Amino acid sequence: MKAIEFTLNDELVTVDLQPHMRLLDVLREHFLLTGPKEGCGEGECGACAVLLDGHIVNSCLLPLANVHKRHVTTIEHFSRSKRYQVIEEAMIYEGGVQCGICTPGMVIAIESLLNKDPNPSDAAIRIGLSGNLCRCTGYNMIVKAVKRAASKGEGLW
Amino acid sequence: MKNISDSIPKVDAHEKLSGSAKYVSDYMLEDMHYAKTVRSPHAKAKIKAIHIPTLKPGVHVFGAKDIPAKNHVNMIFDDWPVFAEETVNHVGEPVLLVVAPDRKLLKETVDAIQVEYDPLTPEFSLKAFAVHKAFKKGDAEKAFSEADEIIEETYETGYQEQAYIEPQGFIGTYEDGKTTLIGSIQCPYYVKNALLVTLGCAENEVQVIQAEVGGAFGGKEEFPSLMACQLAIAVRTLKKPIKMIYEREEDMAVTTKRHPSKTRMRAAIKDGRVQAIEAHVSLDAGAYTGLSGVVLSRAMLAVSSAYTIPNLDVSGHAYITNTVPNGAFRGFGAPQMIFAIEMFMHHIGKALGDDPYHFRRKHLVKQGDLTATAGIYRDPILMDKMIDKATAMADYHKKVHAYNAPDVYRGIGMSWFLHGCGFTGSGEAEHIKSKVRLRKDEANRVHILVAAVDMGQGAKTTLRKVVAHVLKLPLDQVIFDNPDTDRVPDSGPTVASRTAMIVGGLLARAAEKLKTSWEDGVAYTVEEQYKQPDYIKWDEDTMQGDAYPAYSWGVNIVEVAVDPVTYQVDVIGIWSVYDVGKALDERIIMGQADGGQAQGVAYGYLEVMAHKQGVLQHKNMTDYIIPTSVDMAPTENVVIDNPYAFGPYGAKGAGELSLVGGAPAVAQAIEQAIGKKICKIPATPEHIEELMRRESH
Repeated sequence: MKAIEFTLNDELVTVDLQPHMRLLDVLREHFLLTGPKEGCGEGECGACAVLLDGHIVNSCLLPLANVHKRHVTTIEHFSRSKRYQVIEEAMIYEGGVQCGICTPGMVIAIESLLNKDPNPSDAAIRIGLSGNLCRCTGYNMIVKAVKRAASKGEGLW
Repeated sequence: MKNISDSIPKVDAHEKLSGSAKYVSDYMLEDMHYAKTVRSPHAKAKIKAIHIPTLKPGVHVFGAKDIPAKNHVNMIFDDWPVFAEETVNHVGEPVLLVVAPDRKLLKETVDAIQVEYDPLTPEFSLKAFAVHKAFKKGDAEKAFSEADEIIEETYETGYQEQAYIEPQGFIGTYEDGKTTLIGSIQCPYYVKNALLVTLGCAENEVQVIQAEVGGAFGGKEEFPSLMACQLAIAVRTLKKPIKMIYEREEDMAVTTKRHPSKTRMRAAIKDGRVQAIEAHVSLDAGAYTGLSGVVLSRAMLAVSSAYTIPNLDVSGHAYITNTVPNGAFRGFGAPQMIFAIEMFMHHIGKALGDDPYHFRRKHLVKQGDLTATAGIYRDPILMDKMIDKATAMADYHKKVHAYNAPDVYRGIGMSWFLHGCGFTGSGEAEHIKSKVRLRKDEANRVHILVAAVDMGQGAKTTLRKVVAHVLKLPLDQVIFDNPDTDRVPDSGPTVASRTAMIVGGLLARAAEKLKTSWEDGVAYTVEEQYKQPDYIKWDEDTMQGDAYPAYSWGVNIVEVAVDPVTYQVDVIGIWSVYDVGKALDERIIMGQADGGQAQGVAYGYLEVMAHKQGVLQHKNMTDYIIPTSVDMAPTENVVIDNPYAFGPYGAKGAGELSLVGGAPAVAQAIEQAIGKKICKIPATPEHIEELMRRESH
């Protein structure tokens, strides 16, 4: 069995683990990256979201083998970026954080959305976040935070 | 910080955003074992025999016979077993707990254990009750005998699942004779007291620590005590760290939910006014009573909600059925009753040929009126102003007129409501006896020592603000770490919209005490304990007097469009005005408003859960639909100041208020859009279709 090699948070890593393991378990238990959370384990809630080559994926649905030779970025690494700073400021300013369990996944979703569409309309924001469930906020304050991040972060995406 | 309401960044926002906040499943300990529950597949059965295979090294099984002291979960009614003994009474009831050094072995063992059952006939209808309560106001009998007209309706509500995004979980550790449980919990002392009863151990042998809580909404009020008792038995025996995190399906299948309800209402009408209401509410408690009696009280106490009805005859039953026990969920019985009364008042107005808006408005509560239990609404009530504000924001009057035309399939609905703040009746004074401490250290930092949990509602931020504000200290000089029962006194559970008002109020008083006695560079502690204001009188047996020390008030307006073919409901807008006394942080209150009304509105039209022969049919986030960002409409919320004398800076309860009025507002909107009366929620497309079909014959 070939070892699986991928770039995790900008570092090349090689792991000798079962290829069918969920990426979420590999991240949390092998690499102790606990920013991605397990909310449902079936790709509905988005709490486990990470970036795969810059696009949002649910790591609970992704077998480890599928990340071979690809780039995985978790919130731990993304939170060191300038774009994260803009999202953080906007989420705090608009009140987008309550219990926090969906929040790292939500930040990943915002990054992925703004990567595709740096100036999304309200409707595009709602669609862009619709794979991430939040039970606390009712979403409006998060939608406003995306708007603010898009305007404050002009040129970053 | 000039004005307490001015928003500040939430103190835990950065760690939550950056993924470094530590939830219970994020703890990874050395030699950590895992636990899983063996559960009943039957709704009712006798346990005939338990066959445990030869266990692999490191694998252990625990059950009722391993309980050192009492086999019940300590709460208000002590009928809920930690492990089933002779019979099981609902699908998913815990029979055994298996512990293994890894998850594969754990699953293999759970699958290999055979429990033999003799199935018995389960009861799913509301026949046998565990709790009955009743109260009266005035003379309803006389009012009915003198009535011009009597109107009767029955209202039904379904289950609602809390659907916190973080499933329930604990990790237990053992060191030097002490069992420590770290969990996703609302009530550290509920868990600790349950452990003491079940383990029968000394107080210093157990410790409960709150991990970051990823949403709770009542779901982590009483249920965690059950998990903790099971896990603690294993931890004390094996003396190893053990982790028990529910997967989503297990969580949904076995944890408590909002009680399904049926409320029959009769009104005596004379001279165009409701002179009396006779109401009977039935709650499905599930297999064990648990908190159902208290939920029933809050439901009954909300009977006249924001209206003054001179005569009342109110009764209720909580019934035992062979289904998953129901329990606490934000609103705690009030959402069921407020749905019923709001729809009823609206329907009566229509039936009398009056404009339901004017009809309802002339029954609105005024300061000085008697409450449902003949207590007094002592504080100013600003509902007139609030209704005017909300209707203007939503352009309600214009829309409600325009949508009355046929074939528009648009509707707008409005609910008016109150929420009693804090524990019902004598709960605060007699049961909770909340105690808070402030410890000042030599560096003049002040440590908040309370058992209040920040489960997302912002308690860490607001309580720190209150103390910092009183002491005129910078916020970073005031410290609030997650509660640990070895460190903090019992300031009560984080429930019933009591944290800001009761715990915050005590902290404000403790801070005043500290301020007066302040000595630079000296370490000492001050303490405050709850004292009920003298004028509050409550008789638990007759349910007479002041059921709550204060009330928060709200107005919700919801606008919908209904698809004329699929009957899918689109929420177009939500407008709300709330009186929570004084916002301790405006942005946090806006978050409570937006999030609570999303849950309340979704309860009315979107969230469906049902069981078939005691097996819940909605098992996961795919089956049980909660709103996504696309489902939720833009909202406009306003909070008005109406400071309450005994709350810190005037604050009253805020956490539950925003949920309780959502369902009737959306149901009235749908009712207008489809031109049919709605008496049952959730008003799903299937239900709407049924209503359309029924009346078109």
